[in-house]
Amino acid sequence: MGEIKLTDVKKSFGALAVLKDIDLHIRHGEFVVFVGPSGCGKSTLLRTIAGLEKVSGGEIEIDGKRVNEVTAADRGLAMVFQSYALYPHMSVRQNLAFGLENSNMPKAEITERINEAARMLEIEAYMDRRPGQLSGGQRQRVAIGRAIVRRPTAFLLDEPLSNLDAELRVSTRAELAALHGRLGSTMIYVTHDQVEAMTLAHRIVVMRAGKIEQVGTPLELYNEPANRFVAGFIGAPHMNFLKAEVVAVSAGSATLTFAGGYRADLQSGQAKLQVGDKVTVGVRPQHLVVSGDPQHPAAKLYLVEALGSETVVHGDIGGEKLLAVLPGQQRLNAGDRVHFDLSKPVLHVFDDNGHRLFTHPGSGG
Amino acid sequence: MTTPSLSSLLMVPVNAVMRIIEAPLRRLQKATGIGGMAAFFLAPNMLIFGIFVLLPLVINFVYSMTGGTAFFLSERDFIGGAQYSRLFECQNYLDPMSCQEDAFWTAVGNTFWFVVLQVSLMILTALITALILNRELAARSFWRAVFFFPVLLSPVVVGLIWKWILQRQGLLNFGLYQFGMDPYTWLTDRNWTFAATIGVSLWAHMGFYALIILAGLQAIPKDLYEAAEMDGTKPARVFWRITLPLLAPNLLVVVVLALIKSVQVFDEIYVLTGGGPGTSTLFLTQYIYETGFASALRNPGLAAAASILMGGVLVVLTLIQLGIGRRGESKGKR
Amino acid sequence: MGNVARFILRRRGAHGSGKGWHWTDVFTWVWLIGGLIIMFGPAVWLVFSSLKTPAALAEFPPSILPYVTSQATVEGYDKPLMLYNATMPDGSTRVLAEVRRIGLVAQMVDPNAPGEIVKVNINDRSPVRTMSFATNNYTEPFVHFDFLRYLWNSVFVTVVATLITLVVNSMAAFALSKYEFKGRSLAMLVILATLMVPLSVIMVPLYSIISTLGLFNSLWGVILPTVATPTGVFILRQYMLTIPDELLDAARMDKASEWQIYWRIVLPLTAPALAVLAIFSVVWRWNDFLWPLIVLSRRELYTLQVGLSIYSGELNVQWHFILAMTVVTMIPVVLVFIFLQRFITTGIAGTGLK
Repeated sequence: MGEIKLTDVKKSFGALAVLKDIDLHIRHGEFVVFVGPSGCGKSTLLRTIAGLEKVSGGEIEIDGKRVNEVTAADRGLAMVFQSYALYPHMSVRQNLAFGLENSNMPKAEITERINEAARMLEIEAYMDRRPGQLSGGQRQRVAIGRAIVRRPTAFLLDEPLSNLDAELRVSTRAELAALHGRLGSTMIYVTHDQVEAMTLAHRIVVMRAGKIEQVGTPLELYNEPANRFVAGFIGAPHMNFLKAEVVAVSAGSATLTFAGGYRADLQSGQAKLQVGDKVTVGVRPQHLVVSGDPQHPAAKLYLVEALGSETVVHGDIGGEKLLAVLPGQQRLNAGDRVHFDLSKPVLHVFDDNGHRLFTHPGSGG
Repeated sequence: MTTPSLSSLLMVPVNAVMRIIEAPLRRLQKATGIGGMAAFFLAPNMLIFGIFVLLPLVINFVYSMTGGTAFFLSERDFIGGAQYSRLFECQNYLDPMSCQEDAFWTAVGNTFWFVVLQVSLMILTALITALILNRELAARSFWRAVFFFPVLLSPVVVGLIWKWILQRQGLLNFGLYQFGMDPYTWLTDRNWTFAATIGVSLWAHMGFYALIILAGLQAIPKDLYEAAEMDGTKPARVFWRITLPLLAPNLLVVVVLALIKSVQVFDEIYVLTGGGPGTSTLFLTQYIYETGFASALRNPGLAAAASILMGGVLVVLTLIQLGIGRRGESKGKR
Repeated sequence: MGNVARFILRRRGAHGSGKGWHWTDVFTWVWLIGGLIIMFGPAVWLVFSSLKTPAALAEFPPSILPYVTSQATVEGYDKPLMLYNATMPDGSTRVLAEVRRIGLVAQMVDPNAPGEIVKVNINDRSPVRTMSFATNNYTEPFVHFDFLRYLWNSVFVTVVATLITLVVNSMAAFALSKYEFKGRSLAMLVILATLMVPLSVIMVPLYSIISTLGLFNSLWGVILPTVATPTGVFILRQYMLTIPDELLDAARMDKASEWQIYWRIVLPLTAPALAVLAIFSVVWRWNDFLWPLIVLSRRELYTLQVGLSIYSGELNVQWHFILAMTVVTMIPVVLVFIFLQRFITTGIAGTGLK
């Protein structure tokens, strides 16, 4: 089993509160990713679960048992570190065996487990080498192997791919996903890379400044971000944010004026709006549609990046920056003026505090 | 591959011991937590420290305020500052013979002149050696080793080597004989013996300071010299305007370090001259040693008082050194 | 060969051209060659002298190498006679043994024909000298004096003190580099402060403590006060700070106890710094003099340094033994110097500590 429950977890270093009232329930077999900008507390949260940091308040339960006072060694978890933290003076085999020897496991079983893990990770060829003689990717496998042989209740992975080059990162990501499928154990994974989070996670926990901003499946976060921070963090390139003002409200719809004076009618659902509210409208670069209608607001382009399969344009619309990813190859140049229909794409509307008020479903495109 | 190496054989008993103590230590960790283990790791060192360094440091003050020849504190009488006033009782402070404790003032005077002469000559020769070793030199590590060699020798060996060379049938007189001069008994002449103590301690320790200065020289970025060369700077100017200013912090540390060591001069001189002839090479540490232990009229209280005075000088010097070190560090960070 | 010579004699030259001799080149080579002679000369002289017989040592002017005057037993004379090369009036030279000397004339005999006395002017004869190594300078002190005992005491003190130093200092360095706890900076400060406290300042009270503990006249009394070296703690702590904390966390996740982390992870990774400290410690303890001199008053407990100094201070110094034992005392340090010089010089340059 590998069920982990955090209730009201707090952690502070001296006067600095690093984790504030974290509530989270991780189910058995789940792949959960903690994501957020650096310094948001995601690694500290992982280390408190591991038992490497003591909580300052709240409770951690593993499989229904309170483990606040249980040491890291006895929580039955295994961790893969960002630097891999392989023991440099031991061979790969000794690295894998170290933890098992410490729990006084019979020699035969140790050998069996190591061989099994070596086969699974395809590291048999270099079992007698030292970490210093291995490539980054090989070290990464050994680090995972060291966790696997322990057969832990849950795997904790702290930015395990961040030291690999881009290409290796993509292939290892896929292997990790496959490994999780095969082992079926709970995995908690920390990253600052939202693409990793999106591709790997069952559920993503977005954190900022020691707090959980939103928990949900990747598509939930993408489609219904709870606030402006999550909306901006998930999805690449980042969402565009435009200032707007509510000028008319009726049942289920609202009229907004954008900077530059352009008006759009949006479906506001149940959201409570008042005329005069200042709002922020978020639109993903991929959702923007070029329009031939000169009535639509125009962006002055200052950079056009032709990537072949798509064209990324950077522009300026009513004094605000706008980035759009247009399909295929476009005949556009810096300096051109391009009109965008702002009522067509999916629009997320946030209030002054950044909370999402409603999402305008758009009209395809 | 089947024959175990010698080192692995040596480790067999050690590993066995480790296996035995592992279980109790694990229980200790359970009981005290990780913080308790930190105390456990620190304890042996701090215990030895406490007993053999800190405690003596504290009771040294008590000692210096007691009289008598007994060594155990409980058998000694408290006499307040009498030992200090005895040390400082002089009719004329410029004449050691007018003091009650004339040996102390002789030792102070000898040590003072020794420190002044030895440290200045030491820095000069070490700087020259370091500058030479820093040149583009074939077999530099060999030459470095040549000057460093005496540093490791024990003071007793150093003292005996030079005693042998300076004696009447010694190498030095042989050299003079070759030039047609008469042999001389160097170690019975007050001035020559004093000069010999300086020369011998230079010989024994110069390599150490040269090595530190050399490290400082090598830390000066090469591109500064290249830039100076591009500007057509004269070598002498390069030395005064680039090398010396950049070496200054390192050199200051070396000066203070040399001062600290020089004030404590004892071992090799004691073996070489025994403080003689007369009291011409009696230095402070030997005075403390003889007053406290060796002389028939031993007076541990007086020795303690003298050692505290010497300790005060050393503390001041060390604080200066730490101050310089700290300043250098903060400079480096900026 | 030309290239080698050019390389070895590389110099600044006039106008920095590498041609000719600039005064700094001359000075450099004078200093280096002079240094070579002054630094190595005395030690070499010591080694040669230690191989001479007492008679050869008393000679003036001394010879560089250990020569002795040859002797021969000649039929008809009880004592062995000195051999000389004598120049005959006809200009030929013969090897003759001297029977006695009267004024400027030596009465000599041919060892092969002992019957006939030959008179030779003493200016026409010179001793027959052969190289001979007085190896009993080395064996005698071990056999008849206590030097084997002193050697053993020195080895015991050096080895035991170094081992304890390594264990105790590395444990403290581990605590001070890898744990956060109250009083850590205080502990650091105390250790730093003791850097200022040389033995000469505390020898009186330290002696009383040693006596109280019953360690006077005990090798342990020599060992214990030396083992908690602040220098060692500093060297090791600096090195341990470079070991990533994640490695310790990984070991904790691997169910290692804190002791195992110290013993199986941190200590093996600190090996280079431990090696430097071990070398320093061996040299320090081997060379220690003043403290053993104070603590040890029974002959059978002397270390080599104390024994040497006591013997050399006696009224009729037996220099041939003293010199040989000085060489013996020097040997371990010279070996350390030859094989580990690189460690030591980088250690000193890096830490500024001796």
